[in-house]
Amino acid sequence: MSTPDRDRSLRRVLGVLGGFIRKETRHILRDRQTLAVLLALPLVEVLLFGFVIRTDVENVRIGFVVPTPDEATAALVTRFRGSDLFSPIGTWTSTDPLPALFERGELDQAIVLEPDFAADLGRGRAHLLIVTDASDPNTGSAMSTYAQQVIRGYEREAAPAPPLIDSRIRIRFDPTLESRNLFVPGLIALVLTIVSALMTSIAITREKERGTMEVLLVSPLRPWQIIVGKVAPYLLLAFINALTALGAAWLVFGVPFRGSLVLLLFESLLYIFVSLALGVFVSTRAQSQRAAMLGAVAGLLMPSTLLSGMIFPIHSMPAWLRPITNIVPATWFIEIARGVMLKGVGLAHLWQETLILILMAAVLTVASVRNFDTRLSG
Amino acid sequence: MNDAAVRARGLTRRFGDFTAVDAITFEVAAGEVFGFLGANGAGKTTAIRMLTGLLRPTSGEASVAGHDVRTEPDAIKRSIGYMSQRFSLYEDLTPRENIRLYGGIYGLPRSEIRRRTDHLLERLGLVSAADELVAGLPLGWKQKLAFSVALLHEPDIVFLDEPTGGVDPVTRRQFWEMIYEAAASGTTAFVTTHYMDEAEYCDRLSIMVSGRIAALGTPEELKREHGVDSIEDVFVRLARGGPEDS
Amino acid sequence: MKTDVVVRDLVRTFDDTTALAGVSFEVAAGELFGFIGPDGAGKTTLFRILATLMAPDRGSAEVLGYDVVDDMWALRRRVGYMPGRFSLYPDLSVLENLSFFASVFGTTVARQYDRIAPIYRQIEPFAARRAGALSGGMKQKLALSCALVHEPEILFLDEPTTGVDAVSRREFWDMLQGLRDDGLTIVVSTPYMDEADRCDRVALLDGGRILRIDAPAALGRTYGRPLLAVRGGDRYRLLKALRELPHTASVYPFGASLHYTDARADAAPEALAVELRDALAAAGFADADVRPIEPDIEDVFMALMGAAA
Repeated sequence: MSTPDRDRSLRRVLGVLGGFIRKETRHILRDRQTLAVLLALPLVEVLLFGFVIRTDVENVRIGFVVPTPDEATAALVTRFRGSDLFSPIGTWTSTDPLPALFERGELDQAIVLEPDFAADLGRGRAHLLIVTDASDPNTGSAMSTYAQQVIRGYEREAAPAPPLIDSRIRIRFDPTLESRNLFVPGLIALVLTIVSALMTSIAITREKERGTMEVLLVSPLRPWQIIVGKVAPYLLLAFINALTALGAAWLVFGVPFRGSLVLLLFESLLYIFVSLALGVFVSTRAQSQRAAMLGAVAGLLMPSTLLSGMIFPIHSMPAWLRPITNIVPATWFIEIARGVMLKGVGLAHLWQETLILILMAAVLTVASVRNFDTRLSG
Repeated sequence: MNDAAVRARGLTRRFGDFTAVDAITFEVAAGEVFGFLGANGAGKTTAIRMLTGLLRPTSGEASVAGHDVRTEPDAIKRSIGYMSQRFSLYEDLTPRENIRLYGGIYGLPRSEIRRRTDHLLERLGLVSAADELVAGLPLGWKQKLAFSVALLHEPDIVFLDEPTGGVDPVTRRQFWEMIYEAAASGTTAFVTTHYMDEAEYCDRLSIMVSGRIAALGTPEELKREHGVDSIEDVFVRLARGGPEDS
Repeated sequence: MKTDVVVRDLVRTFDDTTALAGVSFEVAAGELFGFIGPDGAGKTTLFRILATLMAPDRGSAEVLGYDVVDDMWALRRRVGYMPGRFSLYPDLSVLENLSFFASVFGTTVARQYDRIAPIYRQIEPFAARRAGALSGGMKQKLALSCALVHEPEILFLDEPTTGVDAVSRREFWDMLQGLRDDGLTIVVSTPYMDEADRCDRVALLDGGRILRIDAPAALGRTYGRPLLAVRGGDRYRLLKALRELPHTASVYPFGASLHYTDARADAAPEALAVELRDALAAAGFADADVRPIEPDIEDVFMALMGAAA
């Protein structure tokens, strides 16, 4: 004996949704602590990462061991002094002070010249040693490379014969080798993932934990209505975060915006949508806030950070791992974001990646609605 | 120092400008079964926290088992037993393991723990379930076991915070018989409960309203004083007389 | 007579615990029906099944003519439900909570005001206060208002008075009886035996089974044995002494007195009282007060528990 549902009128549905969204917004606004974190988070993250993470080098503390100073050695040392990448610490006549200085961390690099450097140079065969503190592997190789470049530069000046191969290095799209430009799209993805996926999954499981879900279920509310009502405020919040993060990246760090801002915002919105759907999906499987957090962090944040190409380039990953990175939504968004921000390309080049995100959003939404428990588990 | 098991004089606790416990004064004699009643929010929990050494009083003084609550909270914790409805035993351990754990916490020697474990399990009829997880035991058995564990180190006084909540009526009464037995061998029992009929089981009781003690005496005395037949009626009269929302 | 709830042989298990072991009963329209039983008796599981929150493993349940499993959505609009613990939003105000639940059902507080007024008026002065800051009694009134705001045809209240002080409990039951008088069918559960007297009919539930269903007054008549109340002297010693007597079926403390049940079903209570007084005097209890009494629900419950064991 079943009566047809009378709740079909659009006004009614909108009224129900409106009431729900209003309630969710109140929850968020009243949880002052969490709100402060959520709004400040992107800013803090971008700033922190921007100022702290560097894989390029600056102010390399370099020392010189020059047993027999002469014009050539002076010219070489002057070259280093002239480069703003290096900060010369001192010049000694023997290598004795070096070990202690390296151990105490007061020296990053040392150039050790042979006695009679000028004479050897004249004969066409001079030797020197570059000693580098590579305890930070990221900076170690960079320092060696820069030092070699400086020496190459001197060599070209000093040697009359042109070298056989003149190899220069040019980095495409990042002439200043500013690594933060590469990071920022990944950062934005990370921030959006945290706000959308983590907060949404917590919001839903909090209802379960509190017992309020029980009362909500004994009502005409359908799963999709509960989901939309829960998710809508976080959509807005995440979008504000996207704007803040992009603003911070542009204003503070001067990250370029070569492409269309509108396209970038649209893609951000799309990625937010995917993350929200992921968050909801996690919540349908989790029974407590703790489980939701674990699921979101282990299943979402970790892969997004490690496998999306945000920090570690995908092409340097082992072959078996590369297909897995395709499942991580952040991978696609970072490609899109880098494309728009750093390369300035448009939808014509990015339609495939965009389509993949749309597909992910659709699949996750359907899965979430279907997985939503309309009854209590045992 | 006298031999009262619990002695409170003007015991007070304030939180900001809210006075949760307002200068309560009372005594509990050794071996007594004392009922500590009051509505939720009347200040019972705060008072108990002060008496068990978990919270410092704002003013006033109190001593439990001869130890001052202000200066010797650790000594108090060592000489009392405590059982609350919310926390008593570890659900993912067996009864045997729980007893061993608490025996260790109270500093009992291992031979002593073994002896008391066997004795306890037999007396409670838990020998067959000694090595099953506590989570699988019926609520009534858990309560009884928790009570016995609270008494494991033979303290002078045991604090019981709503020990019989939700338990079936038969087990509730069996539990109270255990309390009587303990009292008969000299252990003082300090009990809080929401069951008004259990209030009648006590030798003496106090009723807290809005942070103060509104009634103190034997059940008979209180009923006579208010001209009613049951402690529930005493409670209702006192609670209605109080201010604020219901 | 219209029946609003029909339950047949309901069974529900969780892992290896059987919460409901075959429960059957009916509730008539406009009845105030109570389930009395301790924790673990199966009350919450039963109420969740009736409110369509869980599906039974076996058996059937119909509420207002709808099947709780197949007609879930039709029922969710018509049922008012209050779960066992406070399940409203502590960070929203009284009015915000109420408005929210009204809106979920497509109505407003204003439209339903007259209906919920008897209860809501008592907490209306605190409409702006956060629900988490309310006292236990007020929280229950708010929860009840929220359950009523959509004009349900039946109410399921799972232990609404647990943890609430004696005064608020009384007031709550006054409200329930008022609602019943207005024609609402109410199904309530409680661990407090004394509240059973306020119901039209009562089902005693223990260990997932119904021990008996009857009107509270009639239940006492099924006791079957003489019951005497004994007072005087040291309670604990008195208890032990009574247990030593030859015809004792059971002795339990009951408030200020002890309830003694004699095993001889046909014995005259008055004569027994005399016999008992003499026996106690001989055992050293000179001033024992012994009188026959009518069994109340708790006596009946305990006797049935013992018989079922």
